[in-house]
Amino acid sequence: MAIQQKVFAIFASIVIFIVIINLVKNGKLKEEYSWLWLLTGFVMIILVIWYDLLLILTHLIGAVLPTTTLFIFAILFLMCIALHFAIKISTLTDQVKNLSQKISLLDAEKLNKQ
Amino acid sequence: MAKDKCIIIPAYNEEKNIVSVIENIREYSDVDIVVIDDGSKDSTSAMARKAGAFIIRHPFNMGYGVALQTGYKYAVEKNYDILLQIDGDGQHSAKFIPELFSQVESADCDVAIGSRFLSESQYRAGFLKSIGIKLFRKIILLITGEKITDPTSGYKCLNRSVFEFFTNDTFPCDYPDANVIIMLHRAGFKIREIPVEMTSNPDGRSMHRGIFTISYYLFKMFLSIFVTLIRRN
Repeated sequence: MAIQQKVFAIFASIVIFIVIINLVKNGKLKEEYSWLWLLTGFVMIILVIWYDLLLILTHLIGAVLPTTTLFIFAILFLMCIALHFAIKISTLTDQVKNLSQKISLLDAEKLNKQ
Repeated sequence: MAKDKCIIIPAYNEEKNIVSVIENIREYSDVDIVVIDDGSKDSTSAMARKAGAFIIRHPFNMGYGVALQTGYKYAVEKNYDILLQIDGDGQHSAKFIPELFSQVESADCDVAIGSRFLSESQYRAGFLKSIGIKLFRKIILLITGEKITDPTSGYKCLNRSVFEFFTNDTFPCDYPDANVIIMLHRAGFKIREIPVEMTSNPDGRSMHRGIFTISYYLFKMFLSIFVTLIRRN
């Protein structure tokens, strides 16, 4: 791996890490949602530092270039994150629906007495 | 002992029709009428209240299925034994209410569905909608072995065990149609259809309009039926 690639990858991973930790610290991102992002940043750093692991992985999945391996894993991680959000949104949709129905039912007694 | 009954009317922006719908119902039935105002932007709630209905108002618009489910939850909370649902746009003729009630009351079935295709009705479905209805009839027949002529009818009477079953989160709130009939069949409920009259929507509005909306509806309905089939009861 070229030294520029290495420096850029480490720099990008560290920036992502710092941003996530800051968001968690300021309460803008819940720990619950941060772990997948932190894991992504962590794996990126490991792969950049431990180049041999990247080569082994490239060989394992049958890719030609190590950069392809990085892209494949990046896409897989993004898909996991998107799926995680879709699951969360489904749960939240049900919760919002149930809450609104509950409020409507509680409010109905008051509304009809006026 | 007489059973406690109620009629629920999901309504969204129906200030023009809601009063006549309620008055029409009163001619044939004196049971409690509950209007679920699904976050209307007009005075649907006020008009319905003036006409003597009990109002449940959603804080924002959540769709026809959610409004229906709110009605089911209300009926469970208030311990009603039988519930009848009728549309708020005046499409369903109220004179069939006693017949629908008596079908469920006599314990012949758990669900009585008012079908516009069992009688000489003025109802004329659009070309695409009639193809859709025929398609879902076939699918229902194939899966359940039951002949349901009007799978998209929103004119239904349910007993307590059915509307209690529908308060569950698995109730398909986006488009509760043919998928609901399959769900009911799989849960072991007995369904019966009776002939009713329906008119095309007086305002010319319909829930399923436009080629894209219909395609999306068909796709969602197939998906929902598939999910109903793979889910364990």
